[in-house]
Amino acid sequence: MNTKTTVLGQTYQFRDLKEIFAKANEDKSGDQLAGIAASDSRERVAAKQVLADLTLADIRNNPMLPPEEDEVSRVIEEGINEKIYNEIKNWSVAELREYILSHNAGENDIKRISRGLSSEMIAATAKLMSNLDLITAAAKIRNVTHCNTAIGQPGVLAARVQPNHPSDNVQGIKAALYEGLSYGIGDAVIGINPVIDTADSVKDILTMTKEVMNKWEIPTQNCVLAHVTTQMRAIRQGAPADLIFQSLAGSEKGNNAFGIDVKLLDEADELMRKEGTSYGPNFWYFETGQGSELSSEAHFGIDQVTMESRCYGLARKYNPFIVNTVVGFIGPEYLYDSRQVIRAGLEDHYMGKLHGLPMGCDVCYTNHMKVDQNDMDNLGILLSAAGVNFVIGVAMADDVMLNYQSTSFHDIAAFREVLGLRPAPAFEKWLEKMGIMENGKLTARAGDPTIFM
Amino acid sequence: MEQQLDFLVDKVVAELQKKLSELGEKAPAQAVEQAVEKVVEASMQPGAQPSVEVNGAAAFQSDVSEEPERTAQIPNPQWKEGLDELLTSTPARIGVWRTGVRPLTKTMLQLRRDHAAAVDAVYGEVRQEVLDQFSLFTVETQYDNTENYLKRPDMGRILTDEGVRLLQERCQKKPQVQIVVSDGLSASAVDANLKDVLPSLLDSLKSYGLSCGTPFFVKGGRVASMDHIGEVLEPEVLVMLIGERPGLVTAHSMSAYMCYRPRKGMVESERTVISNIHRQGTSPVEAGAHIGTILSKMLEQKASGVKLVL
Repeated sequence: MNTKTTVLGQTYQFRDLKEIFAKANEDKSGDQLAGIAASDSRERVAAKQVLADLTLADIRNNPMLPPEEDEVSRVIEEGINEKIYNEIKNWSVAELREYILSHNAGENDIKRISRGLSSEMIAATAKLMSNLDLITAAAKIRNVTHCNTAIGQPGVLAARVQPNHPSDNVQGIKAALYEGLSYGIGDAVIGINPVIDTADSVKDILTMTKEVMNKWEIPTQNCVLAHVTTQMRAIRQGAPADLIFQSLAGSEKGNNAFGIDVKLLDEADELMRKEGTSYGPNFWYFETGQGSELSSEAHFGIDQVTMESRCYGLARKYNPFIVNTVVGFIGPEYLYDSRQVIRAGLEDHYMGKLHGLPMGCDVCYTNHMKVDQNDMDNLGILLSAAGVNFVIGVAMADDVMLNYQSTSFHDIAAFREVLGLRPAPAFEKWLEKMGIMENGKLTARAGDPTIFM
Repeated sequence: MEQQLDFLVDKVVAELQKKLSELGEKAPAQAVEQAVEKVVEASMQPGAQPSVEVNGAAAFQSDVSEEPERTAQIPNPQWKEGLDELLTSTPARIGVWRTGVRPLTKTMLQLRRDHAAAVDAVYGEVRQEVLDQFSLFTVETQYDNTENYLKRPDMGRILTDEGVRLLQERCQKKPQVQIVVSDGLSASAVDANLKDVLPSLLDSLKSYGLSCGTPFFVKGGRVASMDHIGEVLEPEVLVMLIGERPGLVTAHSMSAYMCYRPRKGMVESERTVISNIHRQGTSPVEAGAHIGTILSKMLEQKASGVKLVL
């Protein structure tokens, strides 16, 4: 394995794979905080140059976090198709990048190859891609999933309606839900982040959303994003859950900080097979985001792009209905400004898609980041062009419970209108029946939540 | 971890608010304490999920007088009275209407205005007269500048050598109670709340017969800077009044982090916190009194955080 190169007259000798991977990243405050980022542009390009010439076998044979020490590594390792891997193991990362982007590689070819790739190999290609490379590659891949309804088809941009309330007031949640539905938002999921993490509270919200879905015959799915154990308790008590949610980290230690492990996820998976209310076969909702491993000191000196990719390696075991990178929630010590958030959003979307996952993105920011709503407009349009499965809809982008800004109902309607995208087919039919949409356009009736009262 | 603790207390506030709306009456102080205890216990169990900051409990009331009246903009709603009902049930920005697929100008400007207030809180500075009012002198952490403060939380946890020297020179050593004020992520939280929190805290300490060291202000402070201060001054208990991450509903929310015998290597579960201190949340005057009570219990039980029984 060659770890040495010369750039602009200066020779660089890298220690190991971790150092090459970290320094090949585009600039991120989280990698700086971890003390592993490239010191300047020249060192960054040197690392990229070394990475480009590594073979896929080099990456697999020098594990950054060995399977013996980490169960996420084991899940990733066990998921690799050996036949496919053996066909491509002598490819360099540069060759893999060019294959993915080439006209010779169609969607099915890429999907087949991806079964022979580890999360680290996928992360490696992302480090050699420009923003437009990430968009071009992701746009080739559509990962369609089905829970009660299907999303992810070409030409479809779905959305989660996120009607959170600062004290879980059921009427208040309903009010924001009606507003969202009236803008054609909610085909991915009706998903609520609860303030109170108890089974009773989760059950109340699931029951209310299910009642609304039944009353208006809305073709979608519901979910309350409490801790997985709380949801499991609620489901055992008879709560109607179409989807089960959990945040994931890219290492066993990181997952322990979230209060989960593979065994618990397996248990929840089993429970959903038996007691979930949806058609399936996909009934998981996962959330991820760069930096969470560093924040729980569970990154093992590995950069945040690679750790994020490992989350997708874990997610893929469970064939989720939706996966969402909550890209700008974590704060400026991991993603400092709009440039870093936009880059991370495109990286995550691409890496998830290449894992075969139904990727969505919470295009978002907190108030102590150097980001504003204009940056969200930009990232939203870029991801919509890249074929993102879904984005998040919050009333005027302002989440009054989580205290951050995402994309608004108006924004999603605009992404659809500007790029000629449509809601999920079953949902669009329902919108037409309700008189909210006609020929893919909002009608004069759209935007009035009282039509659901 | 700071966020995690913020979350705990914000969760308490939310739970309380839910209880209040169920009871339809004001909760007695006891209920507050019970709820704090319950949530802190539940969330400190191994495996509790680090989660997000929740800070919207007071969202129903308008923030400041300049807040425009919240009226629905929908020209011909199917059910006019129903619309009012929806609006009163949530602080979310609903009933806003649209032009094509874009928001109306007024709605868009309101969002930008609220964001500007939040950003100002992060990049603003505490007014000197607020500090002068309580004769607080200023020490700095190694944060250097706001950009660095945001990127390097570790540097906001260590005082400069000059700061340490100032503390040694001007502060009473080994006080029973040490009060520290810091801008944190919202300078305007200090501007807005200190004048109410601090006098009521001092009164409360007096009523418990507790003595207080020399209070001061830390510029560019993170919560864990209390550990370094603890090493230098060795107080029995320390309370840090610090600005929270600003939201759009309010940019002036403050937290009080309390610790028994703060020192290097403290873990978050050893700190006790009251958050959401602002006019529409936990009222600053009540918070001051409540902090006094908690500090006296810490001294009694020689413990803080999860080990403290409230």
